[in-house]
Amino acid sequence: MLRYTLLRLLGAIPTLLLVIVLAFLLVHAAPGGPFDDERVLPPAILKNIEATYHLDESLPQQFWRYLSGVARGDFGPSYRYRDLTVSQLIGSAFPVSLRLGAMSMLLAVIVGVGAGIVAALRQNTMADRAIMTVAMTGISIPIFVVAPVLVLLFAVKLHWLPAGWSGNVGLARWMLPVVSLALPQIAYIARLTRASLIDVLGSDFVRTAKAQGLGTVAIVRFHALKPAMLPVLSFMGPAIAAVLTGSVVVEEVFGIPGLGQFFVRGALNRDYTLVLGIVIFYAALIIFLNLIVDILYGVIDPRIRYR
Amino acid sequence: MGASWANVRGNRALVVSAGILIVTAMLAVIGPLISPYDYLSTNFDALLRAPTMADMHLFGTDDLGRDLFVRTMLGIRVTLIVAIIASIVSLVIGVAYGATAGYFGGRVDAVMMRLVDTLYAMPFIFFVILLMVVFERNFLLIFVAIGAINWLDMARIVRGQTLSLREREFVDAARLTGVSSARIIARHIAPNLVGVVVVYVTLTIPQAILVESFLSFLGLGIQEPQTSLGALVDAGVNQLERASWTLLIPATLLAVILMCFNFLGDALRDLFDARQTR
Amino acid sequence: MSLLEVSGLGIRYGTNDVVAGLSFSVDPGESCGLVGESGSGKTQTALAILGLLPAAATSSGSIRFDGIELLVADEDEMNALRAERIAIVFQDPMQALNPYLRIGQQIRRILLQHKLASGHEANDRVIEMLARVGLPDPKRQFGAYPHQLSGGMRQRAMIASALITEPDLLIADEPTTALDVTVQAQILELLASIRDDTALLLITHDLGVVAGHCERTLVIEQGGLVEEGLTRQVFAAPQSRHMAQLLAAAPRLDRDGMREGMRGEFAGETVLDIRAAAVSFRERGSHRRLQAVRDFTLQVRSGETVAVVGESGSGKSSLVRAVLGLIPLQTGVVSFLGERLPDDVRSRALTVKRELQLVFQDPVGSLNPQMRAGDIISEPLLVHAPTLRDGERRRRVLRMLEKVGLPDSFVSRYPHELSGGQAQRVAIARALVMKPSVLICDEAVAALDGTVRNQVMALLEGVQDETGLSIIFISHDLAVVRGISHRVLVMYFGRLVELADCASLFTRPLHPYTRALIDAVPVPDPAVARGKQVIAGEVPSIVTPPSGCAFHPRCAYAHERCIVERPDERVVDGVTVACHRADEIDLTVR
Repeated sequence: MLRYTLLRLLGAIPTLLLVIVLAFLLVHAAPGGPFDDERVLPPAILKNIEATYHLDESLPQQFWRYLSGVARGDFGPSYRYRDLTVSQLIGSAFPVSLRLGAMSMLLAVIVGVGAGIVAALRQNTMADRAIMTVAMTGISIPIFVVAPVLVLLFAVKLHWLPAGWSGNVGLARWMLPVVSLALPQIAYIARLTRASLIDVLGSDFVRTAKAQGLGTVAIVRFHALKPAMLPVLSFMGPAIAAVLTGSVVVEEVFGIPGLGQFFVRGALNRDYTLVLGIVIFYAALIIFLNLIVDILYGVIDPRIRYR
Repeated sequence: MGASWANVRGNRALVVSAGILIVTAMLAVIGPLISPYDYLSTNFDALLRAPTMADMHLFGTDDLGRDLFVRTMLGIRVTLIVAIIASIVSLVIGVAYGATAGYFGGRVDAVMMRLVDTLYAMPFIFFVILLMVVFERNFLLIFVAIGAINWLDMARIVRGQTLSLREREFVDAARLTGVSSARIIARHIAPNLVGVVVVYVTLTIPQAILVESFLSFLGLGIQEPQTSLGALVDAGVNQLERASWTLLIPATLLAVILMCFNFLGDALRDLFDARQTR
Repeated sequence: MSLLEVSGLGIRYGTNDVVAGLSFSVDPGESCGLVGESGSGKTQTALAILGLLPAAATSSGSIRFDGIELLVADEDEMNALRAERIAIVFQDPMQALNPYLRIGQQIRRILLQHKLASGHEANDRVIEMLARVGLPDPKRQFGAYPHQLSGGMRQRAMIASALITEPDLLIADEPTTALDVTVQAQILELLASIRDDTALLLITHDLGVVAGHCERTLVIEQGGLVEEGLTRQVFAAPQSRHMAQLLAAAPRLDRDGMREGMRGEFAGETVLDIRAAAVSFRERGSHRRLQAVRDFTLQVRSGETVAVVGESGSGKSSLVRAVLGLIPLQTGVVSFLGERLPDDVRSRALTVKRELQLVFQDPVGSLNPQMRAGDIISEPLLVHAPTLRDGERRRRVLRMLEKVGLPDSFVSRYPHELSGGQAQRVAIARALVMKPSVLICDEAVAALDGTVRNQVMALLEGVQDETGLSIIFISHDLAVVRGISHRVLVMYFGRLVELADCASLFTRPLHPYTRALIDAVPVPDPAVARGKQVIAGEVPSIVTPPSGCAFHPRCAYAHERCIVERPDERVVDGVTVACHRADEIDLTVR
């Protein structure tokens, strides 16, 4: 088990490095510099600015400087927000995004798994078909459609929930964003849980459990649930990535000052260090969370633990 | 392929989904021909009109007075074309990559799949957004970007299927008989891959549509005056309170198209699985 | 009153009746064998009794257990009966046990569910039961996962789980089919000794199993009962045509049915020469090499059939694949007609490839599901005789079909449209179309029913007589090879332990393992069936090979020398044998 964990950990490092290299190259391959948009500056001042940002050095040198910085947790200064470093910006925006993402994932897992189990146990009944149709809709409607429509319905027409972020406090303003973000994941998880549980319920060892006189509840609890959750667990990796992606849209639509919003702004403003920093940060987060998922998988499936 | 048409026809979800998609596509081509408007012309006298039969503004007009029906039909066309081309790109890359890894197995496979696993962990969307911003929204780049995200799934599936096919005894039997590698791949392995590939293409297309719509929504995808369903939704979000139809119509169409592809893919997958487990 | 009474049972899927009008009964404490071919409805019946039929099935008729009508009972009533009063053991323990739970956890759940015990007491009872079924170190097995146990041990665990509640009736559905024949004998004996007052309904296709372990016999054909009665009466004087057929088709070790010219030396040129062949492979996830075959030598002559017999772990499949070049040969030389063959099949000349052919165990799996039978059979022609005109090629394909006993119309059929026997015949047609010199059959008839199997073997014999084809016939079943082989080779743990001509091997084996195999094969004759020596233990794990002679842990004749020194092959009375004590012990079958 320990060996399995260590191997996974070791494998994560080259991945992260690759991400950093690719992102760095991409950002620096862009035509034009970060200061093109501004008013035309006299060459002397331009040279000064470039020196401050080390843009006059060769690319490998810049990369090495950047990498050593990242290792220390320093992502460099923001090109846009001159007084702030990227680390500070990320630090201020991340807690909001984290809360948004965590609440959405939690909601997605609880509702998704629950719905999936119900659908699987009532296979081919009205309840099952209803749940699966709703799930299908959930997958098919993009977040950037769901979010505005929910706002239209619950905020504008019904006035039950606030539409915007700023100027509002309390749990209410989280509700629409969290639900919008969670919806597609609820749908995927529900479908996956249902398919997986039906699969497991059809296996020979469940037949044995039935033959041993265990009722449905006992079978699901003791025999079927654990193996059925394995595909769902595997899905957590991509699910987290999807939530991160979706948060960009949700933060835009609701005006939430999170990392996603910063990223889009940074991309449009050519704030390269900020963008680079966020990409690397997100990548590290995804890799780390994937690692945890992998370890959990090993905990549940004994065939991996004991050769 | 030995599959019976009766099986295909009998599956209601499959038929209905395919039907809706075909009708939608035809409408997208024919529609603009019937309407007296084109997608470009602005008309500042008719801004944000609700849908009406009167002026033949079947879907109303947008904030620049352009006819939404024609624009929506254009949007459908663009969305579908981009999605299909991007899917083909990811299909070609994915199948070639996956089949190679699966056929050679061993070291080659281990290395190739390590790369896939690494790429999987990356926040691709962010790279794509970066790409789009950096390279100034090149239309061609959209296909590349979308193809670059989607080929990973296809590669994994094809590799898995090829690996298991390689171990099947009829491949051994062919080798023993002296059948050449080329013929083994062409006659024994490839035909058994078709099923899996078809299923996954129908599931890749909605993914491609989502990515393209996402990009357009952020303003990074299809540029004015061209439009896609995603771009139309983006525009509609801005008019949410005043002219909700500008959001609801393209949003509904987008959702319907995605659902049909998903249903189609699901039905095909069930069909394929049923034939595999005999 | 009967314990179990089945009257007019019918099981139907859509318009297909798998069981119709089935009636039989089982008395308390008795052992009943339900015997029939595959597809006859035996397993369906077992599932129906326990209420485990899939939703697609509709059942009719009556199943009364101790007066309770099972077909109308609701789920709660059924759950009260299951395990506590009626238990079942399934065929494949690897699938039937939950791979994600420890053995002890799964079994104690039964006690908890039926409120028979709880907490520590439950654990103790499970461990006690595991000991009773013969698991060595029951405490350890309690905490082990199924994949950590061997096949025999898993089935013992299953039996433990079934009998721990002391049910009135135990149904065993092909309980030993997935196991080695020596282990099968152990399990059957275990069932007999441990069941006490529990009635046993033993479902199987193997007449020998029924003959040796069941007081009464029920014969089922296509969903209906065709005969029943006391075992010795049914076997001695079958009343039904079907039972007579089954008896005739069942291969027997003791009856004289060997081929002409089986005794004595076989003359003829050596076609295939295997010398000192060894096969090894790297263990998964580590760098250790595991030895599958050691130092194997055999010469096969033109027109003869050599059977290679061995249980799991014997290395016979690895050997065959290495000889054919599908997997690497570690050391050794394989020659065909005197010429040395390259190790890798891809490097071999095309002319050689047409001479060595293989028929696999799984008939349907060895055929490309996307190709029609006609294309499958003509593919070798395309490779080896590309200049043939279409018409001539078609003619040859049809001729092969005729030879294997299939009608012309089968040319356009896909593998999924063929039955097991038909598919195997297509595979044989493919193998023989280029008239090879050597045909290797790797468990080629294991998946076939009695009558079909005999047809296929007769077909092979016929071809051999006609063309002088040499056959290497690999099987785990001694009884099957007896009728077709000139010589028999026995393998154990990767080595040759005995090679003799057919007659000698079956009457006077020289190696204790051979004798054990002969004893373990169930004989379809109740008079003979009882009183055989059942050998203990199982084939050792390839990861931990025993010292000296690999068989010594299970051998009744083992001496100190056997523990330390590995016996070389030597010739004793014309028999090649690898045993230190071959000339001392008398293993003659009386």
